[in-house]
Amino acid sequence: MKNIRYMGGLVLIAAVFALIIFYPLPSLLGWQSLFLKKAFLALLFCGSFCLWRIFKGPTAADRIVALDILGILILGFCAILGIPTGRDWYIDIGIAWALQSFISILALGKYLEGKHFDD
Amino acid sequence: MMIEIISFGFIIVGITFDFFGCLGIIRFPDVYNRLHSSIKCVTLGTCSILLGLFIDKGFSAAGFKALLCIAFLLLTAPVSAHVLSRSAHRSGVKLWEKSACDKYAEEQK
Repeated sequence: MKNIRYMGGLVLIAAVFALIIFYPLPSLLGWQSLFLKKAFLALLFCGSFCLWRIFKGPTAADRIVALDILGILILGFCAILGIPTGRDWYIDIGIAWALQSFISILALGKYLEGKHFDD
Repeated sequence: MMIEIISFGFIIVGITFDFFGCLGIIRFPDVYNRLHSSIKCVTLGTCSILLGLFIDKGFSAAGFKALLCIAFLLLTAPVSAHVLSRSAHRSGVKLWEKSACDKYAEEQK
């Protein structure tokens, strides 16, 4: 039963990646724009894993770890969006998001620890 | 053309590391194992994507911002991972039952 579940998940992930790679998206701006669109879709699929762990995680620490990695993936989205559009401020959004994520992870860690706020 | 191929190669490497890190978030049995897998997303995955952006943009404003972001991530990712694992251990999250040893609990006694 367990092996059937493993193989099912493996087949599902391989099917989604094959769909992302081989689906004929319209490419108006050349192959660079097409590659970056497909890269963006692959990162979005990785983000769905983090959302699943936030939804299902048994403890609060699992949810905080998945939230941290979701913020890092959003930084990757901003970096990929900055290449074909040629705008500088996408990476500004990424830097601000990383700073905010770091501070919030520190605060959530101290909140999770609970008792000793001063050591 | 050559510069674009090199930078897209770095982006492919980064997306691969991101994918395997997020797969580890789903598949591993424990908070500490998940943290060990998922920090590879930060230092290898997203830093590689940002390095690809730096190679594509060259020494312009976006490229220097990408280098700044890489430095910031390399400084803060180990700190946040350490804070998370320490607070999870102190708030009483159990280890996986097949874990070999728990040095932090031995140190606390």
